[in-house]
Amino acid sequence: MKLRDLVVEKAIVTNLKATKRDDAIAELLDALIEAKAVPGSLRDAFLKSAINRERRGSTGFGHGVAVPHVKTPDMMDFRIAVGNSEEGIDFKSMDKQPVHSIFLLISPESRLEEHIDAMGAIFANLGKDQFRRFLRQATSPEDVLTLIEEADAGQTTG
Amino acid sequence: MPSRTVTISNRLGLHARPAMMLAECATSFSSNISIRRADGGDDVDAKSIMQLLMLAGTCGTKLKITAEGRDAEEALETLDSLVASGFDDE
Repeated sequence: MKLRDLVVEKAIVTNLKATKRDDAIAELLDALIEAKAVPGSLRDAFLKSAINRERRGSTGFGHGVAVPHVKTPDMMDFRIAVGNSEEGIDFKSMDKQPVHSIFLLISPESRLEEHIDAMGAIFANLGKDQFRRFLRQATSPEDVLTLIEEADAGQTTG
Repeated sequence: MPSRTVTISNRLGLHARPAMMLAECATSFSSNISIRRADGGDDVDAKSIMQLLMLAGTCGTKLKITAEGRDAEEALETLDSLVASGFDDE
């Protein structure tokens, strides 16, 4: 599964304004809506779902990254928004470190196996020090896309 | 090294919450524990949620768990039960 096919270019926010978890999720969700990748009518339901998911257990799995996600019956396609925060956001991460990079994943409930594949593809990259470092340093959506395209092509290591 | 092969039995597969349960369970043992897909791929550290999610294990995926250390057998037994239980998912 190629991440590039799931990431919405106009929903890459390299300088998140939000400083709190819920606000950051909302900002990325709004970016997806602005990009017309998610219908605005689903905003509140998705926001609530993502936040409830975080309350059941943080998706801040450590190393400064978090992958909040929503499984929905109301969409047929996967969508990912990517956000960076220079100052860091408290995601109640397992290692208690602030989160600097966020992948917000919207998954169709009916495509369970692909949801697992998408998470696998995300963590195949976020699990690498070098990818996390470059992602955090990215200052434009183009930088992020280039990084993701290289990752899809298997060009990043470490 | 002791190892055993387990099959993911919950419908939703090894998504974030089961991965967390598995990593937490693995972390409670002192042994080094690695997991790989039985159909190939790299070994990952069973104590890392991120690495477990990289396995992209879906319902029916077979995983080979290997443990090395003082409590290896007990770890395998416990992890086997956890995966077989379906992580109390849904």
